[in-house]
Amino acid sequence: MSTLQDYSGQKPAWCPGCGNFSILKAFNEAMAELGLNPHEFVIVSGIGQAGKFPHYTRCNTFNGLHGRTLPVATGIKLANHKLKVFAVAGDGDCYGEGGNHLIHAIRRNIDVKLFIHNNQIYGLTKGQASPTSMKGMITKTQPFGVFSEQFNPLAMAVALNCSFVARGFAGDMEHLKALIKEAVTHRGFSLIDILQPCVSFNKINTFEWYRQRVYRLSENYDPFDRAKAFEKSLEWGDSIPIGVVYKTSRPVFEEQIPVIKEKPLVEQKLAFEKIKSLIGKFY
Amino acid sequence: MDYSIKIGGEAGQGIQTIGETLSRIFARAGYYVFTHQDYESRIRGGHNFYQIRISNNPVTASKSVIDILVALDNESITQHERELKPNGHVLYDSSFLRQKFEKSNFLDIPLSELAVTYGGSKIMANTVAVGAVIGMLGMSPEIMYELIKKTFKKKGDDVISANLKTAEAGYKFAKERCLTCSFVISGLETSKMLITGNEAIGAGAIASGLNFYSAYPMTPSTGIFNFIAENVKDFSIVVEQAEDEIAAINMAIGASFAGVRAMTGTSGGGFALMVEGVSLAAMTETPLVIALAQRPGPATGLPTRTEQADLLYALFAGHGEFPKVIFAPGSPEEAFYLTNKAFDLAEKYQITVIILTDQYLADSQWSYKDFDLTSLKYTDYRIREEFQKLKEYKRHTFTETGISPLGIPGRSSHLVVTDSDEHDEEGHIIEDAETRVKMVEKRLFRKMPLIRKEIAPPQLYGIQSPDIVIVCWGSMYGIAKEVVDELSDKFKIAMLHFSEIYPFPEQQNWINVLKNAKLSIGIEQNATSQFARLVRMETGFSIQNHINRYDGRPFTVEELKEKVYVYLTRL
Repeated sequence: MSTLQDYSGQKPAWCPGCGNFSILKAFNEAMAELGLNPHEFVIVSGIGQAGKFPHYTRCNTFNGLHGRTLPVATGIKLANHKLKVFAVAGDGDCYGEGGNHLIHAIRRNIDVKLFIHNNQIYGLTKGQASPTSMKGMITKTQPFGVFSEQFNPLAMAVALNCSFVARGFAGDMEHLKALIKEAVTHRGFSLIDILQPCVSFNKINTFEWYRQRVYRLSENYDPFDRAKAFEKSLEWGDSIPIGVVYKTSRPVFEEQIPVIKEKPLVEQKLAFEKIKSLIGKFY
Repeated sequence: MDYSIKIGGEAGQGIQTIGETLSRIFARAGYYVFTHQDYESRIRGGHNFYQIRISNNPVTASKSVIDILVALDNESITQHERELKPNGHVLYDSSFLRQKFEKSNFLDIPLSELAVTYGGSKIMANTVAVGAVIGMLGMSPEIMYELIKKTFKKKGDDVISANLKTAEAGYKFAKERCLTCSFVISGLETSKMLITGNEAIGAGAIASGLNFYSAYPMTPSTGIFNFIAENVKDFSIVVEQAEDEIAAINMAIGASFAGVRAMTGTSGGGFALMVEGVSLAAMTETPLVIALAQRPGPATGLPTRTEQADLLYALFAGHGEFPKVIFAPGSPEEAFYLTNKAFDLAEKYQITVIILTDQYLADSQWSYKDFDLTSLKYTDYRIREEFQKLKEYKRHTFTETGISPLGIPGRSSHLVVTDSDEHDEEGHIIEDAETRVKMVEKRLFRKMPLIRKEIAPPQLYGIQSPDIVIVCWGSMYGIAKEVVDELSDKFKIAMLHFSEIYPFPEQQNWINVLKNAKLSIGIEQNATSQFARLVRMETGFSIQNHINRYDGRPFTVEELKEKVYVYLTRL
């Protein structure tokens, strides 16, 4: 059994006070409490401050390209579905550059857990608008403010019948940890959009801004009601709900592939004896 | 015996069914067969053709002249009647074409009527046509009957019997009515296998232990995807149709990282989307095989036609500097073995290997007596069972060869870490100059000389000290080879064919063949002689003359011979 110490990785290069620190802590504690050892899972990450996440915990790591976390995670899961596969990305990474992959990962319902560090800004490139930046936000590259509609990942996920849709807040570590644990034990694709203030570049959506608005969904909330979930996912502004917004039981992608029913692909050997009959088909 | 049969018509009329059935009958009869297809980017209409050449000697290209034209539309006659040899014949149905031709070499056969009478359905008109061609050639119908029984085995006795009757009806009609048909057909020999470039790549991949193929459909590469998908159960393969080519390559990289042999396939436009992935595979040292089937560009270009214009693009694909191997097989047989070699090199050196083909090779069928399966190579370079026993593990360990141990994540308490950022031996992000330099040395300078040693020199075909050298690569092989065969009586001519395109082999004796020749001619299916530029870049040798074709159509033997001949007369 691993202790918290076992998840201690490289020294983080995040800004002091960054919301990512509490996400890291929540994640490590969740892993320790679930009894998942570092070698039993893989984190696939992209580029951005969130992309550095796997280096700061300890795990099998594929820190790939901007926007491409989900295809890599999908490939890993299909090759070895015994591994727990997590994808960690930012809002620009997954909702911008990799938006198409998100849609299709949800459709597939591959058993990958996606944790989005959503700070509503581009941090690594120093402060441009992201898909989740609020309308009107003025930045160096949006001199007249953001014109585009703010991307709503939860509403989109519910619309696509994503099997697990949740929102967490970096300022509520215990709640976030519980969400991570629930997502990891859920069967199917799981999305947690984590509100994470960027202390350096987002002067609008600060810790304070979120604290005044964020509230935990009540215990009576039924995440299995899709219409209600869609309604809830549209709630943004004076009050912002956190918690499991939507949950459903859908067939998991990899469980429907007959070839890997018995054992993972990575454990299967080449059937040398069948090559002759493969060539025989050409006669 | 050297006959060519052309089946022309609109898309959706069954040209492919007729062409494929005939080819299989000929191969089964033991003849050597070569086929090539010319089709438009549409599901219905237009004008397409399927050309089959049969001989009792190996044939590796199409001819300009034909012996039998099966005309399913009027366009076939307008375009191709002039290609007929003096004793060539046209097979057509005047009720289809709404036109009757009063020429002695035109055989009017009621395809639909016979199909309805003998098979009970118009659909079987194709079977009538197949029977009629066999009848015109004067072949015994037995092989055709055998093949029909085999093809429709799963569909039941009624379907088999209906097809046999319609085939026989077509056969008898043609045999009895084609009084001017005077084809001489050789006796039966051992059955030949019939395989396209795409199928050969698929089969080569499967025989190399492929476990994962992700792709987005794109002509002319889709045949590889189809072939692999047909065989997933027998060979434990997962295929996934990705949402785009970016996802396709990243999925393959993910699967490879997780421990299985993975591949993707596409054409130029899709490869453009994959390019960042090529660079990612290089930085993370993840083994990957990519099949790149070229078609004419730029952009959407001529989607169903052929070109060799993506060579330099493939060579330079990917930002940054890293080793890469490019193979360009000249035939399905080479495609089969080079795909096997591609997997071996990709896994051994943890690099990307690109198999560069084109529509012409992808869709052409060649026939062979057999493939030698004993020469296939399979070595598992990954650390599996022994992973847990290692005292320590660093995914990107510095080694003499530059090759680091490739562990399977989850197989051990050791962690497998890699990064698209520059990284240290463990795989964690770094910024320091010293590690950066050592990593470039490891990935590039240590591996590259070893990879170069693996590359076979080009094939010199024909006279060993030629006056005239035809230099070509990839799918030009079969055409150029026949041109050399036809000219070698009169000229000291040879072909230098490259199928292991990059890096250039360590053994460079072939340059002397070029230097000592009086004339070198580069033949490429592109506008800018890309391979000649690569030769100059790598060796300093300038190929003097160029024959280029970039209309999207392959050369026939006669067409290329004529172009080459122009240079020979100047000697």
